[in-house]
Amino acid sequence: MSFWEFANPKRFMQLSSRLLPWVAGLSLACLVVGLIWGFFFTPEDYRQGSTVKIIYLHVPAALMAINAWLMMLVASLVWIIRRHHVSALAARAAAPVGLTFTVIALITGAIWGQPMWGTWWAWDPRLTSFLILALFYMGYIAMWEAVENGDTAADLTSVLCLVGSVFAILSRYAVLFWNQGLHQGASLSLDKEENVADVFYLPLLVCIAGFVLMFLALVLLRTRTEIRARRLKALLNRERMA
Amino acid sequence: MMPELGKYAAEVISAYAVSLGLLVGLVVLSLRRNARLRDALRQVEDRQRKTNG
Repeated sequence: MSFWEFANPKRFMQLSSRLLPWVAGLSLACLVVGLIWGFFFTPEDYRQGSTVKIIYLHVPAALMAINAWLMMLVASLVWIIRRHHVSALAARAAAPVGLTFTVIALITGAIWGQPMWGTWWAWDPRLTSFLILALFYMGYIAMWEAVENGDTAADLTSVLCLVGSVFAILSRYAVLFWNQGLHQGASLSLDKEENVADVFYLPLLVCIAGFVLMFLALVLLRTRTEIRARRLKALLNRERMA
Repeated sequence: MMPELGKYAAEVISAYAVSLGLLVGLVVLSLRRNARLRDALRQVEDRQRKTNG
């Protein structure tokens, strides 16, 4: 089976209807297990106290906020190069999910930052690039809503997505580019010294798996909705013309 | 059953409440919009099928 079979809306609907219950079920299982494990069965950190439990939401949300935009970038490039409608609709479907993850990362970061840094917010490179990424998400969603013609909207939002990718990448690597920020380095690292302690690591991995699968399930569901909305619009237009 | 969260209990609980609220809200809105459009599309397709014989 070729990957491009997904570009056919009918084929996408068939495949996604089979995949969706499994992905959604696995996502729910990982989230329930990961969050209960993290919240109830992990100890306090010797410096952060119980606020360390916020990482089970903050880290996966921040990770997926950036990766959602990168998925939208790939889908937008497929639209620009190959003009497959499903890819443009998948990018549109992913945007509200990515925005929600970005907002969760910003809010949980602020809640954690208040007791740990003594401030809700700082114009730190990573925080600022994340805020700009949230604004790009809002602009992207607004542009889809504002432009009547679907193909024109897909073209314009694809260009916006290309521009916003700079901030998605900046959000990821800002802590490496600038050292003066408040935000610490990555919580997950191949370097054993920098990585979070083992006791927090496994539940964090389960939560990350839950967020990844939840993103996938929501994108599948919302892409199906967008395909239906597009077909409904086409049928109603045809009725009006008849 | 509730773990001992110490002096940061309010911060931890509010972070979980806001995040889970946003995630549940997103899922509910996505499911509702999908169901609404599925029903609307089915109605239009049935109507056009009847019209076209």
